[in-house]
Amino acid sequence: MSSIDQYISLYEHNRETIDSHAPHALNRIRPDALSALKRFGRFPGKRDEGYTKLSLEDMFAPDFGVNITRVPFAVDVALSFRCDVPNVSTLLGVVVNDSFRPTATLLKNCPEGVTVESLASLAESDPDFVEAYLGKLSNNRDAAAALNTLLMQDGVVVRVKSGVKLDKAIQIVNIFNASADLMGVRRVLVVLEADASARLLFCDHSQSGDFKYLSSQVTEIFLHRGASLDFCDIEESTEQTSRIAQLFVSQEEGSNLTVNGTSLTVGTTRNEYHVDITGEHCDTELAVMAIADNNQIIDNSARINHLASRSHSNQLFKYLLDDHSQGAFEGLIYVAPDAVHTEAYQSDRNLLASTDARMHTAPQLEIYCDDVKCSHGAATGQLDQNALFYMQTRGVPRAEARMMLMQAFMADVIDRVAIDGLRDRLRHLVERRLSGEHAVCGDCAASCHN
Amino acid sequence: MEDILLKVDNLHAGIEGKEILKGINLTVRPGEVHAIMGPNGSGKSTLSGVLAGDPKFTVTDGSADFHGVDLLALSPEDRSHEGLFLSFQYPVEIPGVSMVNFMRAAVNAKRKYFNEPPLSAGDFLKLMRQKREIVELDNKLASRSVNEGFSGGEKKRNEIFQMAVLEPRLSILDETDSGLDIDALRIVAGGVNRLKTERNATIVITHYQRLLDYIKPDFVHILYKGRIVYSGGPELALELEEKGYDWIKQQVDNQ
Repeated sequence: MSSIDQYISLYEHNRETIDSHAPHALNRIRPDALSALKRFGRFPGKRDEGYTKLSLEDMFAPDFGVNITRVPFAVDVALSFRCDVPNVSTLLGVVVNDSFRPTATLLKNCPEGVTVESLASLAESDPDFVEAYLGKLSNNRDAAAALNTLLMQDGVVVRVKSGVKLDKAIQIVNIFNASADLMGVRRVLVVLEADASARLLFCDHSQSGDFKYLSSQVTEIFLHRGASLDFCDIEESTEQTSRIAQLFVSQEEGSNLTVNGTSLTVGTTRNEYHVDITGEHCDTELAVMAIADNNQIIDNSARINHLASRSHSNQLFKYLLDDHSQGAFEGLIYVAPDAVHTEAYQSDRNLLASTDARMHTAPQLEIYCDDVKCSHGAATGQLDQNALFYMQTRGVPRAEARMMLMQAFMADVIDRVAIDGLRDRLRHLVERRLSGEHAVCGDCAASCHN
Repeated sequence: MEDILLKVDNLHAGIEGKEILKGINLTVRPGEVHAIMGPNGSGKSTLSGVLAGDPKFTVTDGSADFHGVDLLALSPEDRSHEGLFLSFQYPVEIPGVSMVNFMRAAVNAKRKYFNEPPLSAGDFLKLMRQKREIVELDNKLASRSVNEGFSGGEKKRNEIFQMAVLEPRLSILDETDSGLDIDALRIVAGGVNRLKTERNATIVITHYQRLLDYIKPDFVHILYKGRIVYSGGPELALELEEKGYDWIKQQVDNQ
């Protein structure tokens, strides 16, 4: 008996209810998802390759509720929420559990050619657009992706029309707020048409910390010719929150993508990055950092497929693990037979701050043509004892020296964050995180950590 | 009672069970410059490491009194606050920690130790500017990571710069001349001499007489096999330069 069965039976018993609360463009792809799920039969567990530290079977096992009847949440959650990033003026939208709500400023200030809208409502007003993209990249390729498609009822769509360059960053805040254990099925669709550019910031939070939350997130990103996207994602929820977040990207010729992932506080999380580079002269940057302590588990997996020649990708993953926390990294660079002159680099650096922390890392290269430049590497170590002593001899107390070294370790990842103003914020959040304080956002009235 | 800054008495210490220092006795008074010389492997760097509190080493016997404080009972940071400074033979590179943040942390930790409020940003920058001049340290280095990508000369000048900022009562310069060209040596030695007062003292650890042309010692000690086997005035350094260490080794080994 797999934990997948409870979701299959949930769907089969409530098919009409689920469909009646979602538009056709979403419902039409559920049957395929259902048969894919039945085919998979179970979620991957620790014995499966690529899941050494984290079992999705266990993650999905608890009997989470799913809000299939779309019971509306308290609107004031969205209204009360202000996640200010100083010096960054954003167009803010909020996803409470799994329902999208724009803010008044977003509705007022969203420029011509830019759509930031609920997936459910856009699927009613422009079904052709949604059908053209939704599910095309996630494609039920594994059980987690298929489950998300089977149960999704809403989500966020970001569409930037051809040639439009959006100055302001779009910020989407994901909040859990429920009075019972809950699984939030979250879906994001991002389409940047030719030569469009945008910056997207996602922040994950949890409220009502007594309850267990599971976030199932699938994000599909289409970058058309010459488009440019900066994508930042900050996980700052609670140790009672688990998440599986899958990012699927398709890049056409000449497009640029930077992804910055930051896991600060979460119970168990798995972040997957799947990038298909389908055109020449693309640029792809992944800079991901993870900070974990207690019994947290952070599992990141990246696959960059170089399917066309003359593109460039670079990945940097850094983990800082304390107490009994565990980290995992599986990274693959795939270079297809015709993808000559590919440049692809990957680096994983990990710091174990305690003797009980564990890191599993598997950097991989698969190259099927000559004339490429590729490298990959991983290193796991401890704080530099010589540096600690050196700092102490100058009078810096050991605890402070440790903290300075840990912050320094993350400096180069933060330097790669593409959104101005966010770098300082991240430095601050990391400092707060390392000093053991919960990083409560400045003017936030939401009290996520109460 | 006469004024004694450091009194090391019968100090024994080692690493991983191997004894390296086998009974060091050394007395340093304010205003004095002591040179400790000796062949490779005699324990010179171990002595400086033990006095600074390097956790690599274990003290097995003896004591070190630092102006009335039991030095060996203190953490490395508290030894620093009490006025001990070690200039490293190989200053450590710390990528990602800027010189400015490092020095601010150091200065304010010391002020906290003496129940003083942190320095204001303005006062701190002024202090940095003043002290930089002593060793002609480039302002650009301040924004860089600690010692990262510094040349050998810049690293040693950076050590003396930190010494100038922290105003120690006793400075131990461990092989400060190693890796220095003659110009850098002059600047570093000039910095040390400018920082010399009636109140503070310096222990210079070196292989060669060369550094002692610039930093004039009052006493010269020869360390061999973990003991100070010979002490004398500045002329002893010249004698060593001329005759090497062999005569000392023979004398000690034949005893």
